[in-house]
This record gives sequence, C-alpha cells and structure tokens, in this order.
Amino acid sequence: MKKLINSPENVVHEALEGMVAAHADLIKVQFDPTFIMRADAPVKNKVAIISGGGSGHEPMHGGFVGRGMLDAACPGAVFTSPTPDQMQAATKAVDSGKGTLLIVKNYTGDVMNFELAADLVRADGGQVESVIIDDDVAVKDSTWTAGRRGVGATILAEKICGAAAEAGQSLAEVRDLCQKVNAQGRSMGMALTSCTVPHVGKPTFDLPEDEIEFGVGIHGEPGRTRMKLKPADEIVEMLMEPIISDLPYKSGDEVLLFVNGLGGTPQIELYIIYRKALEVAKRAGLKVTRNLVGSYITSLEMAGTSITLLKLDHQLTPLWDAPVLTSALRWGL
Amino acid sequence: METMTVNSLDSATVVRWMQHCAETYQQHKDELTALDAAIGDADHGANMARGFTAVQGKLDGLKDKDIGAIFKGVAMTLISTVGGASGPLYGTFFLQAASGANGKTSLTQEEVAADFAAGLKGLMSRGKAVVGEKTMVDALVPALDALKPVANDTLAAALDRAIAAARKGADSTVPMVAKKGRASYLGERSAGHMDPGCLSSVLLLEALKQALPSG
Repeated sequence: MKKLINSPENVVHEALEGMVAAHADLIKVQFDPTFIMRADAPVKNKVAIISGGGSGHEPMHGGFVGRGMLDAACPGAVFTSPTPDQMQAATKAVDSGKGTLLIVKNYTGDVMNFELAADLVRADGGQVESVIIDDDVAVKDSTWTAGRRGVGATILAEKICGAAAEAGQSLAEVRDLCQKVNAQGRSMGMALTSCTVPHVGKPTFDLPEDEIEFGVGIHGEPGRTRMKLKPADEIVEMLMEPIISDLPYKSGDEVLLFVNGLGGTPQIELYIIYRKALEVAKRAGLKVTRNLVGSYITSLEMAGTSITLLKLDHQLTPLWDAPVLTSALRWGL
Repeated sequence: METMTVNSLDSATVVRWMQHCAETYQQHKDELTALDAAIGDADHGANMARGFTAVQGKLDGLKDKDIGAIFKGVAMTLISTVGGASGPLYGTFFLQAASGANGKTSLTQEEVAADFAAGLKGLMSRGKAVVGEKTMVDALVPALDALKPVANDTLAAALDRAIAAARKGADSTVPMVAKKGRASYLGERSAGHMDPGCLSSVLLLEALKQALPSG
C-alpha cells in the first residue's frame, strides 16, 4: 500500500484536523462524537440539513458544509457508516428549532444508523425527517438486493435542498423537494482501477490491467459486468443508455448533466467524458441546461467516472443556481 | 443431582458475559473479517472487536446496576462504536432486551427467553430481514427458539441447544444468495460463503454459556 498517510487508524482524524485548519472561515469540527458543522450554525429560522457516510468519498460530505448546502456532515471510518451518536450530536448542534432533514445514501449500514439516530432525536423531542437517496441504475432489482445505492444524486439533493432551506422553506417542503430530486435523478458509474482502504491495506477488488468494472458502486461493489477497456466514447454510450432509459428521460426534458470523477481520474479525462455525454444527451433530445464536471463523490484513489442526470424544472433550476459557499462548491457569492 | 443447576441469569453473569464477548471477538477478529471480505466490506471483525472492547471499558461503571441498566449501557456503547449495520442491529437487540430487564438483578430462564425474543424482534424490525436472506437472523431465530424452556431444563442446557441451533443456522447460510446488506449486490456470487453476522451471533451465545457459573 502506497499512501500519503501516517497510520491507517488516524486517517479520518488527521484529515479533519487539516480540513478545519484550511477552512476555519466556513466550518467547525467536533470530535468524539465527530461531525463537521457550519461555522455559523445554528442558523436562525432555517431547516438544518445533515448528511454523512463513510469517509473516503471526499469532498462528499464535509466539503459541502457551508452556506446554501449542508449544516453538518457526519464522517464514519473509511467506507464505514457513521454512528447514531454522531448524527444525534450534530442535530443538537445545528438545529435552530425549525427541524432537521437527514439525507441518507441507500447503504444498509447508513440507513440503519441514520434511522436509529432519528429515533434518538425524536425521543428527545426533536423534529427530524429522513430521505434516502437511491439513484444508481446499476442495481436492477430491489426485491433481491438492499436496493439501489445512493450515488451522484446525493450531492445534487444536498445543493438543491440547501438552497431551499436557506430560502426559509419548511421541513416538510425541504423533505418533499429532496424526494423529488431523488425521483428525478439517475446515475451509473464504472471503474478503471480498484481502491485500497487504508486499514485493509490491499485493493478492495482485483481488476486486470486491461479490464473495467461496469456499474461499480462507490465502495468498489461489483457492477453489472466486467469487460475489456474500450475508448471513452463507447464507455459513455454504455453509461448513458441505461440512465436515460430508466426514468425515462424524454425528448424536450431539461436536465443537469453531472460528470463525476471517482478519485483517480484526471479532469482532462472528465471533459472527454462530458463532451460525449452531452452529445448523447442531445441526440436523445435532452436539453442540458446545467452541468457539473469534477470529482465530487469519490472512492479514494479509484480511477473511473460516474454520470448523473437530473431532470430540472422551474422549481429545481433556480435552487441549483442559488448561491453556495462551501469548500468544494461555491458560486453566486 | 448434586451439582448446582443454573436456572437464572444474574447481573454478575451478564457482566462476565460481556467480558467473554470482548475476548472472543478479539480472538475471532480475523476469522470474521475474512468471512466479511468474501461477501461484504471486510470490517465485521474489527467492528465487533472495537465495540465489545469499548463495552468492556464501561463494565466497571455498570457492574452494580440491574440487568436492564447493564443491557442499556451495552446497547448505547455498541450503537456508538461498532458502526456498519451490526452496530445498530446488536445495539437494538440489547436496547429491546433492556426494557424487559429493567430493575431486575436476576432473570429466570423463562424471562431470559422472553427478553432475548424481544431483543430479536427489535433487531429484525431494524434490519427488515427474515429467515433465508443470509443474515444474522438465520442463526438467531432458530437459536432463540431453542432457548425456550422445556421440562427439567437448565439455562446451561438451553444455551447448548441454542448454540447448536445457531451453528446449524449459520451453516445454512453458506449456499444462500444474499438478499440483504452489502452482500446482496453480489447476487449469485454471494453463495458459497457463511454470513459473517451469523458467526458473530454464535460467538455471542457461546460467550454467555462460558459466563455461566460452572455447575
């Protein structure tokens, strides 16, 4: 294992120490139980939005804490769900009295820990709602699995709900909006390489030099198929087809096209992906009115990409455009 | 019979049970992790060992309390230290078991069976799993069924039955295709491996058997 770390046990803690030192104007970090919060939280008369999950997906979620997005993020160990005491403490720290929305990615551990956290917060008299994001079309059938995984749509939901909360919407409104983003968003990813969890020390899965894992999850979960490496344009066609046909997105739809890097893929390749994805979207009659291109939801050093489409409308577009000020996303301010 | 028969579970035994858990999960850490690496995310051994080591650290403050309070302390510690899915699942088991043991420093064999059954009900409702989906439920359901008292029973004998049933249930998960948890994403590829949660459940029951005063 070749990593810029000191010891596997201290990876999350030391990264958080560096993060808060770099962005002290935006965030504060609490340890034991551990969470990242907006420096100015609790924000009066605003629904609080909290997300979280295993570490190793940076900048998600801590990089999205700040004005116009998350009030707090709860990081677990690498690829391991955070525990309910973290969400409970974070809720206590950022809830202004207007309630808290928990945005949860659909992984068994995350769902259970966030559910338990919501139970604990409610038992203390807090007002809390949860929305589970499950946008990964690579997982076909939830009857036979734990259901579709939460991937790219998560950060789109965090941005859009963050803007709605900033605008003073109620907890029920922000929750409904989050469900809408999840319902209108679809994603699929592929990996060129595996990744190594620091405390495991060896790659999560073996992938021969000339093969790719298609439909991979953000923890290296196996995808739909494994195949020989192909040119980028062919890979994009193969990612876009199941996404477009799943909702389905229809000719004339306005969409946000999000091309994401999984951690080890350079931006230059992401633009090659975006160029082709845009062409495929146009061919399907979709109007790409907004986009995001960069590595925002990663799997450590995994090379690969995921593509997310979100159907936009007069409600979602202005919320996407609204100002945001976080360490990983910032515009309009 | 001249030997003492154990037909109840007292606070001191519960404390010993938790100490045995800390030892056994440390000993079986690599075995649990290897099972999890095959079909999950290779963290079950480390998670269980971390959780019960933390429980062990809390025992001094809990040992003079009633069983309900001990179970609640165990539950909250597991919930906040184990992570993954097993933290909320085992945590919920002890949290639900705690409510039937509130204020009691000793539980009869009947009460133990009823109390653990309540814990299992909570665990199953948290995990939304039923028998046959390749989860810890496949070991725990038959085990707690076997724990129910029969004529001329002892808690030790009941636990022997429960452990045997749990092992059988764990073995039954080997050919299963997972329908819950991270293993479910593997589909058919999850067959051929024991569910790691089943093994940790067997170990939990074996630790209780070891903790019983020797008869």
